[in-house]
Amino acid sequence: MTAYLLKRLAIALITLVLASMVVFAVLEIIPGDPARLMLGMNASADQVELLRNQMGLNAPVALRYLHWAGGLLSLDFGRSYTYSVPVIDLVRERIVVSLPLALIALALSTIIAIPVGLFSAGRHGRAGDTIAMGAAQLGVAVPNFWFALMLIYLFAVWLRLVPAGGFPGWSAGVWPALKSLVLPAIALALPQAAILARVTRSALIEVLNEDYIRTARAKGLPYRAVLWRHALRNAMIPVLTILGLQFAFLLAGTIIIENVFYLPGLGRLMFQAITQRDLIVVESVVMLLVAAVIAVNLLVDLSYAVVDPRLRSRQ
Amino acid sequence: MKLWKTILTAAALVLANGASALAARDLVIGITLEPPHLDPTAGAAAAIDEVLYANVFEGLTRIGADGEVLPALAESWTISDDGKVYTFKLHSGVKFHDGTDFNADDVKFSLDRARADNSVNAQKGLFAAIDTVEVVDPATVRITLKNPQSSFLYNMGWGDAVIVAPETAEINKEKPVGTGPFKFQNWAKGSSITLIRSDAYWGAPVSLDKAEFRIVTDAAAAVPALLSGDVQAFPFFDPDSVAQIQGDPRFKVVIGATEGETILSMNNKKPPFDRLQVRQAISFALDRKAIIDGASAGLGVPIGSHMSPANKAYVDLTGLYPHNVDKARELLKEAGLENGFKATLKLPPPPYARLGGEIIASQLRDVGIDLQIVPVEWAQWLDQVFTKKDYDLTIVSHTEPNDIDVYSRKDYYFNYDNSTFDKIIADLNLTSDEAKRMTLLGEAQKILADDAVVGFLYELPKVGVWDAKLEGFWENAPIQANDLTKVKWTE
Repeated sequence: MTAYLLKRLAIALITLVLASMVVFAVLEIIPGDPARLMLGMNASADQVELLRNQMGLNAPVALRYLHWAGGLLSLDFGRSYTYSVPVIDLVRERIVVSLPLALIALALSTIIAIPVGLFSAGRHGRAGDTIAMGAAQLGVAVPNFWFALMLIYLFAVWLRLVPAGGFPGWSAGVWPALKSLVLPAIALALPQAAILARVTRSALIEVLNEDYIRTARAKGLPYRAVLWRHALRNAMIPVLTILGLQFAFLLAGTIIIENVFYLPGLGRLMFQAITQRDLIVVESVVMLLVAAVIAVNLLVDLSYAVVDPRLRSRQ
Repeated sequence: MKLWKTILTAAALVLANGASALAARDLVIGITLEPPHLDPTAGAAAAIDEVLYANVFEGLTRIGADGEVLPALAESWTISDDGKVYTFKLHSGVKFHDGTDFNADDVKFSLDRARADNSVNAQKGLFAAIDTVEVVDPATVRITLKNPQSSFLYNMGWGDAVIVAPETAEINKEKPVGTGPFKFQNWAKGSSITLIRSDAYWGAPVSLDKAEFRIVTDAAAAVPALLSGDVQAFPFFDPDSVAQIQGDPRFKVVIGATEGETILSMNNKKPPFDRLQVRQAISFALDRKAIIDGASAGLGVPIGSHMSPANKAYVDLTGLYPHNVDKARELLKEAGLENGFKATLKLPPPPYARLGGEIIASQLRDVGIDLQIVPVEWAQWLDQVFTKKDYDLTIVSHTEPNDIDVYSRKDYYFNYDNSTFDKIIADLNLTSDEAKRMTLLGEAQKILADDAVVGFLYELPKVGVWDAKLEGFWENAPIQANDLTKVKWTE
């Protein structure tokens, strides 16, 4: 178990270092000058040069990389070129939107998907299964921005239950803040739930064909008990894998939903930073996300060991 | 269905918690781009002025709703006979939002700062003519120019020329401190910027208590934001979405003009665009009406040179190159290109460029010119097209006001060089006689049209949408700003 853990950690660290190099290199290569972008079309070339110097953009690439990577080691993420505030402050403002949103969406998705998967697998091939999986197919196929707009027109424009978008901030109270996250969370959760339900179903069906299930049935255990106690537990590994991937996606891949609901999340911070060539922000936020994804994957790996005792005993 | 709605509405009332009833003097304004920071003297982004101009910051002069120069912090001024010395008399009793007094020292500080060697003011050219700024007494400033400059008072009205206090100049990016009728309250990054009324304001008091600029980037989200009442005004609305709002009596839709000449820029030094016949052929091949219909929802006024039709100096030259495919083919044949040619068309992100580009590509295909469309981001556009001039054709809207002089700039991305034109612009700068200026501006427009320097398309429209109970917004956009000083709720 310890060896397993150490190996995972080493891989995670190497991934982080490689990711930092790739991110930095890519942003060096793509065309676009943050100084020219800030000064616009009327500024002279001399002035752009002056600002480039002020921003420290004229230092050699290797030096800038070391400076940035060194800062990361001491948890200093640098200052934004455009906002001229520490990157960590920008991230802190956004994470209080993105993290709760991702968690709510993930919870919703799980609450919907697992029962649907169980229901479908239990009725494998019958009408209930066909209908549930048809609905799941629809959930995957419907574009989420369209679905989000439909939610807005129904719940915000027509019924006026929730705001059409925006985020009042947690300082405005927990309830108003949560209210503004409800629709985006639903819009994010539904397609994820559809995928998760399909994975749960197929994993369960596979398990249900195993000999030990037949044995459990043969010894007189009720079908329900077999499904919950034996089948679901064994089907958890693919489900956990997908959940891990979905969490990583929900944390930063939600730019479209953030735009439709004009939420100040991490996805939009990234997008804006890329268009404005705020290199420091892009680099540092990407690194934070890489770290988050690696951490989640590590957790998922560890959780395998929890659901599967064989992984624990195997040295 | 009705029962359902009743139940849900009841639930809504419970959910709403009795809050959210907006006070009648508050206003939420939608803007599509977030300003990178809040200092108008340190960046070119139009979004900075859209929030702060005339609301938080003021200059010696200001630009009015119709593009006219009005007094602001300077209540009056005199100009010496040789046109080189401007003496400004300042308003007294003016205070910055941090409570400190405004006086002539602040004017000198601001103008010297903007034109200093290490200044990164995005419009440094506005101050290029200034020789000295002297404080005569706390309420009088004397500015001496190196040479007479007819546009000087107008220049001092730009957002980039606003007066800031020495104590707060460095923190304006985060916490702007100005002299205007609104003071900055809060910036929730990515979400909104809130201004509140400044009770200590020296001028006519404003009607609004609070103005929140909410950042709504997605055009599709702007419509439900209006319909749900979350946002009450979009002074710069997406033309393509306006049809969804137009019939609704709860809203006013106002189509005005901007200073944005939307043009098909050509690289005048790169063959075959270095030849007049080719540029003229392209101009004949363009069908402006179809472009406006497709790229701007039919809104927008055709132009024949680089001047807004709303400008007094405007000369209608749209008849010079009417849509004429045969004429275009003939000119290409004269240029020895009867079999057509291939070129690239680089398109920045705004819809006018991306949509307009597809239409233009198909129009040019009709005369044998085969365009390859290359979509680029703004950063790439500024880098490749604007700075490195690595392009054949591109579409962009030149939104700066009164900017016909860009064609005389050395090394500008058009690569256009015409000494006659340069002479006119130089003369214009020294001429203050209004009639003579109009003549010169007319000649300048004529030369650009004759040379078919670029394909002149149309003036970008300003589509404003706001609650029908609101009044006082600018109809046109002589500069890109949202002046809220006269905005009020009528009931």
